[in-house]
Amino acid sequence: MSRLVPFFAFVLLAALLGFGIWWNSSHDPTAVPSPLINKPAPAFVLPKLDNPKQMVSKDSMLGKPYLVNVFASWCFACGEEHPVLMEQSKQLGIPVVGYDYKDEPADAKAWLGQHGNPYDMVITDQSGHTAIDFGVYGAPETFLIDGKGVIRYKRIGPLTPDVIAQQLMPAIAALEKAP
Amino acid sequence: MTPELGQLALILALLLALAQSILPLVGAWRGNNALMAVARPAAAGQAVFVALAFFILVWAFVHFDFSVQYVADNSNLQLPWYYRIAAVWGAHEGSMLLWVLILNVWTVALALFSRSLPDVFVSRVLAVLGIISVGFLCFILFTSNPFGRLLPMPPDGADLNPILQDPGMTFHPPVLYMGYVGFSVAFAFSIAALLGGSMEQSWVRWARPWTNAAWGFLSCGIVAGSWWAYSELGWGGWWFWDPVENASFMPWLVGVALIHAQAVTEKRGSLRAWTILLSLFAFSLSLLGTFLVRSGILTSVHAFASDPRRGTYILCFLAFVVGGSLLLYALRAPKVAGGKAFALISRESAILVGNLMFTVAAAMVLLGTLFPLLGDALDIGKVSVGPPYFGLLFPLLMLPVMVLLPFGPFLRWGKSDVPVLSQVLSRTGIAAAACALIAAFFVHGQLKAIAGVACAAWVSVGIVLYMAKRWREMPRGRRYPAEMAGMLLAHFGVAIFVIGVLLSESLSVTRDVRLSPGQTATVGGYEFRFDGVMQTTGPNWMAEQGVVTVMRNGSLVAEMHPQKRTYSHEQVQTTSAVDPGVTRDLYVALGEPMDANHVEGAWALRLYTKPFIRWIWGGGLFMMLGGFVSAADRRFRVKREADAVQTILTPVRESQA
Repeated sequence: MSRLVPFFAFVLLAALLGFGIWWNSSHDPTAVPSPLINKPAPAFVLPKLDNPKQMVSKDSMLGKPYLVNVFASWCFACGEEHPVLMEQSKQLGIPVVGYDYKDEPADAKAWLGQHGNPYDMVITDQSGHTAIDFGVYGAPETFLIDGKGVIRYKRIGPLTPDVIAQQLMPAIAALEKAP
Repeated sequence: MTPELGQLALILALLLALAQSILPLVGAWRGNNALMAVARPAAAGQAVFVALAFFILVWAFVHFDFSVQYVADNSNLQLPWYYRIAAVWGAHEGSMLLWVLILNVWTVALALFSRSLPDVFVSRVLAVLGIISVGFLCFILFTSNPFGRLLPMPPDGADLNPILQDPGMTFHPPVLYMGYVGFSVAFAFSIAALLGGSMEQSWVRWARPWTNAAWGFLSCGIVAGSWWAYSELGWGGWWFWDPVENASFMPWLVGVALIHAQAVTEKRGSLRAWTILLSLFAFSLSLLGTFLVRSGILTSVHAFASDPRRGTYILCFLAFVVGGSLLLYALRAPKVAGGKAFALISRESAILVGNLMFTVAAAMVLLGTLFPLLGDALDIGKVSVGPPYFGLLFPLLMLPVMVLLPFGPFLRWGKSDVPVLSQVLSRTGIAAAACALIAAFFVHGQLKAIAGVACAAWVSVGIVLYMAKRWREMPRGRRYPAEMAGMLLAHFGVAIFVIGVLLSESLSVTRDVRLSPGQTATVGGYEFRFDGVMQTTGPNWMAEQGVVTVMRNGSLVAEMHPQKRTYSHEQVQTTSAVDPGVTRDLYVALGEPMDANHVEGAWALRLYTKPFIRWIWGGGLFMMLGGFVSAADRRFRVKREADAVQTILTPVRESQA
C-alpha cells in the first residue's frame, strides 16, 4: 500500500491544480486586492487642470464620498474607458475627480476637449509622485474614497458597464448605508 | 508558403513520434526485433522534422514575415537580428517548440550513445521519450500553433517585451530547458526499468551520466537566470522566490537528491525504489513547472499569456504522465529492500539524510509556491508566502547537509570507522573557528557574514583534506577519476555559493538618493559622483543615460552608465550599470527625474555595493562543472563486451573509494 502514497499525493496535487484552472476561469487572477483598501487615502495636494494656481488637497475633499479616476491623454485603454464614463459618470451620484497622470496639461485639455469631459473636477499629477503613494500601476485606475478619506474600492484597468454595475455601484451603495 | 511547411513538418514529426512511442513498446513486449528497430530511425526522423519546423520559425523572424501572427506579435523592423532569433522562444508558442526541439536533441543523443545497451531496454526508453514528445507536439498543434497566419499582413510587428531584450534571453531559456528536459532521460530509464521488471542495477549506471549532465545544464540555466534578473531588472537581487524561479529550482533540488541516490543504487544496490521514485519526481516537477508557467494559475513576472484551454491540456497530460508513472511505480517497484546492508555511520546513511533534506526542501518550495492557490481553495483569501517563509525554512533544511558535507567522501560504504571521522571533525572544526575569528575582525560583528565564512571553511577544508588523502594514498593517474573530481568540484561550489550568499546578504549597502549633477553620495566606502544625464540611442531604443563616476580614497574606480530605455510602443526598461569585481560589485540604477522642469537635472538614483555577490554565481558554475565532469567519467562509457570485466572490477574500485 505504501507504494501508492506518491500516487495519491499526486492525485491531491492534480486536484488542486484543476481547481486553480476552474477558479481562474471565474475569477480575475490579476485582481490582487490592494493593500490600500479600507486604509486612509494618502494625503495629496495637486493643482487643478483648468486653474493650476488652485490646489486641491485630501483635506479639502473630506466630508462626502468621491471617485478618483486616473487617466492620461497618452493612455490607450483610457480611450476605451472614456465613453463609458461620459455615459455613466453623472448616474453614480457622487463627484468624479479626474486624475491626470504624468501628462502635459495642454495634451490633457485637448484630449478632454475632443472626447468630452465626464469629470466634475480634474487634478493633475505631472510628475507622478503622488500616484506612487496611491500605488498606481498605470492608467486607467479608479479609487472610491469615502467621506472620511478612506479608500473603499479600487479598480485596476478600465471601468466597463459590467464593472460599474456589479462592483462600483454596490460599493457606493454600501457607503451610503454605513456612513 | 514556408510557415505552412513548418506546420506540415510538425505534423510529420507527430506521426513519427507516434511510431516511436508505440511500435518499440509493442516490440519490446512481444520480443519482436523488427518493431524494436523502429525506435532509432523514428527518433532521428522526428528530430529532423522538428528541427526543420524550428528553423522555419527562425527564418520567419529573421526575414520579418509579419504574416505569421507569432512573428508579428513578438518582433518588429527595429529589433536587431540576435534578438529576433531569441524572440523565437520569447513567448509561449515558440518556447514550446524549443522545448520539443531540445527533447529531440536529448533523444537523438541517447539513440546515438546507447548502442552498447540491450535493445529491449533502449527501445523502451526511446518509446517513453516518444510519448512525451507526442504530448507536447499535440499541445503545440492543437492549442499553441506558432505558424498561425495573420491576414492582412501588418506593415510592422509589435515588439518583443523589452525585459527580454537582453543577452540573457539568448542564453538562459535554451540552457534551462536543456536541464529541465534532460531529466526526461532519467525518467525514461526508470519507466523502462519498471516496465522491464529487470531490477538489475545496471540501468542505474547507464542513467547516471545523463542525470548528471542534465543537472549541470539546469544549474547553468538557473545561474544564468539569476544573473540576468540581477543585471537587468534594477532590483539588485539575485533570487526572488518567484513561482517560475521555484519551478526550475524544485527539479534542481530533487536532481541533487537523485544524483546521490543513483550513486548509492549503482554501487551498493540499496535504495532502488527510492532512486526510481526520485527520477519520476525530477521530471514530474519539470512538467509541473511548464504547467505553472503556462496555465496562468499563478501570477509571476515570467507568466506567459495564459489560456485556460492550455492549462487544461497540460494538466491532463501531466495527469497521464505523472499519474501513470506513479501508478506503474506502485505496481512494479521492487517489493523487497535489496542491496547490501549499511550501518548507522556509513556513506549510505549520510546520503540518505541529505536526500531527505533535499526532498523536503523541494516539497517546502512546492507548498510555498502553490500557497496562493491553497488559499483560494480553502477560502482564506489570496495569501502568498514570500521570501520570509522560504528564507527561514530553506537554510534550516540545508544546515544538516552543510554539517555532513565534509564527512561525505571520508565515509565508507556500508560501515565507517569513527576515528577517521573525528580526526576530520577536529580539523575542519578548528579551521572553521579560525576563519570565523579572522572574519569577525573584518565584518564588524555581522553574524551572518561570520557564519558564511565559517561554513565555507568547514566545507572546503573537508574537501581539501580528502584531496590530500587521495594524493597520498593513490598512485598517479588514479587519484581523481572524473566521477570523483566532479563530486569535489560541485561540493567546492557549495562552499563558494554559501560564502557568496551570506556575505552579500549581510554586507550589501543600498541607498536611494536624489542627486543633482556634481553631487556625490558615499555608499560602503565608495564615493559615487553623479555627472548628469544625456540622451543616447540604440538599435531600437532611446535612452536617458546617467554618468556616475565612482572614486575610492581619491582614485578613480569606475565610470558607470545606468540607462532608462524607452522602446517603441512607449515601453520603459531600466538597465542598471554594474561594475563587477571579485570581492564586490558596484551597482547603479537610474530612477526618475526629480524636478519636472529639468532646471537642476536632479535624478533619483539607487546605489548599491554588493560584496562577494559574484561568488554566488561562481559557486553555481562550479556545481555545473561538477555535473559535467562526473558525467564524463570513462566508467559510464563501457562497451557491452566489457560489462563482464567491469563487474569484476567494480568491487575493487569500491573498496578504494
